[in-house]
Amino acid sequence: MSLLQSTAYQIKNKIISREIKSVDLVSSLFTRIKHVENNIQAFIVTDEKKAIHDAIEIDKRIERGEEVGLLAGIPVAVKDNICTKSLPTTCASKILQNFIPPYDAFIVRRLKEEDAIIIGKTNLDEFAMGSSTENSGFKITRNPWNLECVPGGSSGGSASAVAADVAYMALGSDTGGSIRQPAALCGIVGVKPTYGRVSRYGLVAFGSSLDQIGPLTKDVRDAALLMQVIAGYDSCDSTSVKVPVPDYMEGIESDVKGLRIGIPKEYFATGLKSDVHTVIKDALKVYKRLGVEIIDISLPHTEYAVAVYYIVANAEASSNLARYDGVRYGYRSNNAQGVIDMYSKTRAEGFGNEVKRRIMLGNYALSSGYYDAYYLKASRVRTLIKNDFDAAFEKVDCIMSPTSPVPAFKIGERANNPLEMYLSDIYTIPANLAGIPGISIPCGFSKEHLPIGLQILAKHFEEKKLLQIAYAFERETDFHLKKPPLNVSSLQGA
Amino acid sequence: MEYEVVVGLETHAELSTITKLFCGCSTKFGAEPNSQVCPVCLGMPGVLPVMNKKAFESAMKVALALNCTINKFTNFDRKSYYYPDLPKNYQISQNYYNLGVDGYMNIDVNGTIKKVRIHNVHLEEEAGKLIHPEEVGANYSLVDFNRAGVPLLEIVSQPDMRSTDEVESYMQTLRKILLYTEVSDCKMQEGSLRFEASISLREKGTEKLGNRVEIKNLNSMKSVIKGMEYEAKRQAELLDRGETIARETRLWDEVNERSERMRSKEEAQDYRYFPEPDLLPVLIDEKWMSEIKSTIPELPFDRRQRFMEVFKLSDYDASCLTEEKVLADFFEYCLSISDRPKAFCNWIINDLLREAKDRKLDIYNLPIKPKQLAALVETIERGIISSTIAKEVFSEMILTGKDPQKIIEEKKLVQINDEGFIESVIDKMIASNPNVVEDYKKGKKNALAFLIGQVMKETKGKANPKLVNELLVKKVGG
Repeated sequence: MSLLQSTAYQIKNKIISREIKSVDLVSSLFTRIKHVENNIQAFIVTDEKKAIHDAIEIDKRIERGEEVGLLAGIPVAVKDNICTKSLPTTCASKILQNFIPPYDAFIVRRLKEEDAIIIGKTNLDEFAMGSSTENSGFKITRNPWNLECVPGGSSGGSASAVAADVAYMALGSDTGGSIRQPAALCGIVGVKPTYGRVSRYGLVAFGSSLDQIGPLTKDVRDAALLMQVIAGYDSCDSTSVKVPVPDYMEGIESDVKGLRIGIPKEYFATGLKSDVHTVIKDALKVYKRLGVEIIDISLPHTEYAVAVYYIVANAEASSNLARYDGVRYGYRSNNAQGVIDMYSKTRAEGFGNEVKRRIMLGNYALSSGYYDAYYLKASRVRTLIKNDFDAAFEKVDCIMSPTSPVPAFKIGERANNPLEMYLSDIYTIPANLAGIPGISIPCGFSKEHLPIGLQILAKHFEEKKLLQIAYAFERETDFHLKKPPLNVSSLQGA
Repeated sequence: MEYEVVVGLETHAELSTITKLFCGCSTKFGAEPNSQVCPVCLGMPGVLPVMNKKAFESAMKVALALNCTINKFTNFDRKSYYYPDLPKNYQISQNYYNLGVDGYMNIDVNGTIKKVRIHNVHLEEEAGKLIHPEEVGANYSLVDFNRAGVPLLEIVSQPDMRSTDEVESYMQTLRKILLYTEVSDCKMQEGSLRFEASISLREKGTEKLGNRVEIKNLNSMKSVIKGMEYEAKRQAELLDRGETIARETRLWDEVNERSERMRSKEEAQDYRYFPEPDLLPVLIDEKWMSEIKSTIPELPFDRRQRFMEVFKLSDYDASCLTEEKVLADFFEYCLSISDRPKAFCNWIINDLLREAKDRKLDIYNLPIKPKQLAALVETIERGIISSTIAKEVFSEMILTGKDPQKIIEEKKLVQINDEGFIESVIDKMIASNPNVVEDYKKGKKNALAFLIGQVMKETKGKANPKLVNELLVKKVGG
């Protein structure tokens, strides 16, 4: 296996032991980016010069025997809705094209403190609104497993980059499944941490009460490594929680014997593709072999989750996106007369259709006379959904389901049907509404040889347990080692 | 027809915290535009607010001082509207769970005490400021965000006021409370205290409230009164003509002393309030509440009443002394040294206050301290110096900050109570003014005053005037 195909954990030790140099790794990574980027379009911007410079510095420090951070010399990609002081942060929106934030997000600061090499910013659905990365204002990212398919979304750029071995690890954000679903569709690992586990400071807000930043990685151990860096309290985020961060790597090999796994019947109803169902059943057999107990459970309010989500998320989004008005930064329309006209033209020209649709839906749900019927009622149902999970976790240690009802779909296949697109997140949304952590791990392939993800959910702040459960599966299987057929030579000029 | 005017006031007071409500930027007034800003108060993508505890506690303090019920669960909400001075195009405010509700404030209206109910007290963030260029034909405006995010307290009264006197007293009383609780500097000229009035008319003797009109842009207490008078007259004229009052918001034009329609109720904004997801609800327990309560000083209204009752001061004197907390504190400090309320009151109101005003100083920054004023008053009361000499001593104290005893000693100003000596001076004066003595004997009473004056002059004002009077009457009148 080539160095580029290794995991972050594997190369980390090689860099520290000076077996390889970070700068060589970064150089060969950028060579590969040049080869495959035309096909997958994972990045909005890359910064080779800075990455090389940083890598040289890390190599020098290691050579001098200095102590280095947890991610010393490891190339990491960051979703382009996370603020970086040195690089544009566009949210894949024309309204923020060329916008360079004056500050680093909390987690970007953490990456830098741990000596990671930030190689670039990855593509997403505009303002993270979507499940296919087709809603990007700039480009359509492709799935490395089949270039005609979407990588999922909204963290499609991050997922595609990791799957195509052009980033060792990446950060994404998950509001309704935006880490887990693209991780599943690209055959990698994705974690949505507990709401409050990772600071949102510097994450461009979409649905503030749902958003969480999390890792997209090649395997579970790497996810634990990246979680170790990004998790923790931040006084700049009032919703971040002062719960001690455990050592996620320690005891990751723990045995799962006797573990009680809940299977929610509502997640195996209509809409689930049969080969996805089959693969999930096979995955559960692996766990059975490891001595777990499979328990049928019910999450009775599941059917309302998508509706609740699209009211809450869009209401929050309509308010969060109000600031893009052309007054202080970002795009401003050139042909406006007066301030109201400036607002309307700036926003009409700056935002894409899906973003506009959600802003309108959100404003409608919050408008006078509708607030009680929509937002308030949705908030109450949200509590019921959370209660479903609380009740379930009385009986089981974790909940398993498919991450997505379908594997990667064709580009354009769902683009004109927002409702069908919204249903892509049917299994991932409830965790955001309840604030609980979830992970998606590769667990098999569809008939078309597209990756399928297994979702595991646990109680608040039980990321460590999730990682242990996921690792137990990974140790028994080799799905995470499978590589997409991205044959560089055959792709050139494709 | 005879109408009754019904007024409610919304008051905005900027809290004088060192930093803004949700970030660490300075709140100092008058700095270079956009020099006190950061990503948070500029509403940059990705930023989050963090509550300023001091601002929250100041708001709670005022809510308690206004006898409000504190909501044990209080929350912040986003109030959405588009305006270039509002960085996020929503203001973090309170709507569903205001910090304080159902309070009241007692006001004194020409000697009668009236209770004005407070609907709610809540905390929100201030907006920036638009600057319109003065050049002709300029097609742009500028925004200064220094003020954006400064903590702002909103106090909403019930429509309980019925006259300009009541409104005036409400504004003054509230201002004093904000000053006494030390939460705001209440500088109207800097915009840190602002009022908006809701005015309606109804036929005298009826209960039903008329359609109300909101008046904005009232930049001083004087314009509140003027705007209110104007609006009451405008509405009365409309009603007299049989027209109905449109529910609307009007802007007061201070220069032309009239108001203009800004928007009708139909045009009113839908603020789309919803709970701010970036801030946690604040849970207030009894302990916290009583801690804050214990920091509230005796409020001006109560203090004035006490001064009148306990120290037997007049309404005027008590009002003057309680106008500012520092003044009343100074007064009570003096009283803790010696029990002469009326004398202290006079010295403070007439002399100290004048000196402080002349020098544009706080009373505490004058060279005279309560201890020294108390000593001065004591020397007068004990007859060591006369009140005339006391004025001279006071002037010296103000200049040098010396103790009165020292000045009296240095300048040999001690009052002469030696009857023998005074008699000798009187004899001298009688001898050199025989005509005046004759006049007095003929019944010209003011001739005596002349002679007293001569004696005082001869003794450089140090003779005990009472004694001079007595002895003189005995000598010439006998």
